[in-house]
Formats: sequence, structure tokens, C-alpha cells
Amino acid sequence: MVGIRMEKPWLDLSAEAIDALPAQLGVYQIADGQDEVVKIGYAGGLEQFGIRTALHRELEAGGTRFRTELTHGYLTRWEELLMVHLHDHGELPAGNSTHNQKLGRLRIDGAGPEQKNEASTKGAN
Amino acid sequence: MDLSLSDEQQMIVETVRRFVAEEIVPLEASLDPDAGALAPDDFERLVKMTKEMGFYGLDIPEEFGGPGLDTTTRALMAIEMSQHRAGLYNPCYGTFGGAGLAQLYEATEEQKEKYLYPTLRGEKKGCFALTEPSGGSDPARAIQTRGHEDGDQWILNGSKLYISGADKADFALVFARTSDDPGRNGVTAFLVDTDTPGFNVRRVVHTLRSTHYATEISFDEMRVSKDQILGELNRGFAIANDRLSRQRIPYAAGCLGAAIKAQEMAIEWAKSRETFGGALAEKQAVQWMIVDNEIDIRHARYCILEAAQRADKGERFRTEAAMAKLVASEASGRVVDRAMQIHGGLGMTKDLPLERWYRELRIRRVGEGPSEVQRLIMAREILGGSFK
Repeated sequence: MVGIRMEKPWLDLSAEAIDALPAQLGVYQIADGQDEVVKIGYAGGLEQFGIRTALHRELEAGGTRFRTELTHGYLTRWEELLMVHLHDHGELPAGNSTHNQKLGRLRIDGAGPEQKNEASTKGAN
Repeated sequence: MDLSLSDEQQMIVETVRRFVAEEIVPLEASLDPDAGALAPDDFERLVKMTKEMGFYGLDIPEEFGGPGLDTTTRALMAIEMSQHRAGLYNPCYGTFGGAGLAQLYEATEEQKEKYLYPTLRGEKKGCFALTEPSGGSDPARAIQTRGHEDGDQWILNGSKLYISGADKADFALVFARTSDDPGRNGVTAFLVDTDTPGFNVRRVVHTLRSTHYATEISFDEMRVSKDQILGELNRGFAIANDRLSRQRIPYAAGCLGAAIKAQEMAIEWAKSRETFGGALAEKQAVQWMIVDNEIDIRHARYCILEAAQRADKGERFRTEAAMAKLVASEASGRVVDRAMQIHGGLGMTKDLPLERWYRELRIRRVGEGPSEVQRLIMAREILGGSFK
């Protein structure tokens, strides 16, 4: 069973680090200097070089730290990560604040914090 | 059996075919290959169109405001509606509306007011919670979720697996064992609001269908009132059997639509792709794959239309619906597999919809009752009632 949270170590986001990745499909998280998640994204089938293309875009947008997970189920895994973040923090990362699709409610450990459900039901890549 | 279409059916088929070609396929070109939804603006625009066409809410019975199509016409539409990338599980991205859970049409008026009518208005969503970790193909015996009576309430404990949409649903149809009968006569269906304390969505379950996940849910000392029982106590499996059999027909037709499109693509590619000094279509190995596809497609089409026509005539169609579901889901999988083979490397890529259909059609052999259960249904009728 895949771990529900992404718990790999954070890496510095740089062109060299990105180019060392395989050009595969998958999901990623971007963090600030305190390793707080500021965006959850995915590299889907439209990206020219998969996760590399998506992360280069994040680098240009000012991202500083990242971690990835390669998967063909990038859409469902991305949505799951958004739901888990919502469960753990009560709101979406700032970089996903314009998400406009309804997200599901998870109660992973039986007693997660109450979600800000109106805000939580909005979203974007 | 007469396979010809009436003038009205022909017009409806052509209308839907044009809608898919002109409205859906162009939008898909800019969506992620695994996308499951249109942009909200596009969705609303197309829903307006289907309402103007008089086709919104296809599966809603006429007495509840649906368009009142017969099963054959509905099947013909399903064949057309699935002929695009997302078409197998999300024909036309839901722009023809949904009907809600079939069982709700058997609900009390009070329950309809609370669940059915808001669902038909698009205000509420429901989910169907039957399968458990202990099994899904023989749910009557596998159900271990237990209900205990406590005054005028029932307390439910247990878990469900592979439940679609539980995390976003407003209510769930939950099946639980409420007597010591180990079979279907001990199971009751409950309508449960998903914000009821004790209703917990534990995790997302990822599948081959990378657009859409399933969930695992648990019920922990979940209290529901007696008026939340749908139908009769211990008779949960008797609800809406006819409607459920009828639903197998458009389900099968959706499989066929993808197969027809895959065959079209295979023929076009075989005629245009040159190899070893000639078109692929000149090679006997490819010709035979195309012919085998055609046999599979026509076989499935016959079974689907036979089941639909029997349903429309008011004749028994349980065996025919099971056969249509089995034949269409298995034949369509073979057709898409051969189409991928004919396309070679290109067939494996996300540049074409074939790889998505290939994954999703594999699920169709299990969803809505696996092939083996469809055979069991047919065997019961063919051999007689003593083989239960």
C-alpha cells in the first residue's frame, strides 16, 4: 500500500536537480524555506518532459524546495495529496488556493482537524 | 431480431454523434489525457445544449421528469456517447445529466424529498456502499457490516471497500446485516447522511482508472434512525433489481462505443501506414485482426440490442442483460488490444486514447458484476431455479 503522505526528504530546487530527474509523469510538492508545503502539483500527459517541465516552471515562479513521486496515477494521487493536506492543515496550500473542483473529506486517523469546507471545496493545479 | 433503427432513433444517433464530434472531441484535445472533467464554463454551456436538445437526465424515469427514452434508444445513445477519450466512464463528461442511485426510486416519499429530488436537481450526490473487504461478488454472504437495534435507532459498525465518491457524497446507501440469516434475507439498506458521526472515509484507493479513485470507509458506532431504512427490514437486496438489470445494458453499450472508435482508428491507421513496401492493411495478419474486431463488435452489438429490445417489450431480460454485459466488456477489451497492436508503438502512448481505454476496459470486466457472476446469473436461468 502506498503511503498516504509524501514523506521523502526535501531537495533544493535548481535546474541541475530538475535535469537529473527522469522525464516521467508524477506529482510534486513545493516548500518554502521552512519546509512548509506551499504548492502541490502534478506533471501530466501534456507536459513535454514530464515532471522536469513542471518543476522548471515552479523554479521560474520562485520555488525553493521540492520533492517528487513518479506515478502514472498522477491525477488521483494529486487529489489525494490535496485532501491529506486539507485534513492535516484545515486549508489548501497557498499555491492551490484557486482550486475550483470539490475535494473529498478524509478522516485518516479517525480524528483529523475540522476542515474549512467551503474553501476546501475550491482548487487548481 | 430487427437491428434496423427507426427514423427517430436514426436522428437521435446522428445528433449525439455530431455532439461528440463537434463539442466533446475538440475540447478533449487540450485536456490532460487522463482528465475526467471539463472546465466549468464548458460544462455549463454543454449542459444547456443537452437540455435544449431534450436529452438531459437520460436515465431519469419519465414520471420523474426524464425524457422517457426506451431502453433500445438509450443503448444506441450510450454507444455514441462513449466514443471519445473519457467516454467509457464519463460519457460526454456528464453533460447529459445523471439519474442518481436507481434504488432511490423505490424510496418513501419522505426519503425521495430528502435524497432523490435534490439529487435530480444536482444539489446532492449519493454513493453506493455495498462491497466489503470480505468480498464484492457475493455481497449477500460477504457483508459483515452489522446493524444492532437500539430503541428506534440502528447502530452500524463495519467497513466498505472500493466505494466510488464516498468522500464527496452527501449521503450513502449502506447495506448492513441486520439479522442472523447468513444470506440475502438478513441484509437491510440504509440511507445515511455522510456527515453522520461515525461515517469515516479512511483512505483513497488508487486503481487502473487513474482519473478516478475509489475509497475505503468505516462505520464506527454510527447511529441511524429507523426511518432511514430503504425498503423493508432484511429485504435490502430486493430493491430495484429490475432497474439494476436494465442499467447493465447502457453499461455494455458504453464498452461497445469505445470498441467501435478503436476499430475506426485501427482501419484508418492500417490503410495509411506503410511498411515492407505496402500499407499495413494489405498484410493478412492485420486484416485478420481487423476482421476479428468486427466479429467482436457485431457480436456485442447484437447482444446489447437483443437485451434492450426484450426489456422494451416487457419480456424477461435478465439473462440477456448479463450476456450483453459479459460479451461487450470482454469483446471490447480484445478490440482495443488489437487496435493497439496495429498501431504499434504509437498505440502504447498517451497521444492516443487507446491506452486509456485499455486500462479502463479491464475494470469493466469486473465492475457491475464480474464476468463470472454474469455467467452465474445466466446459468441459474438456463439450468433452472434449483442451482442457487
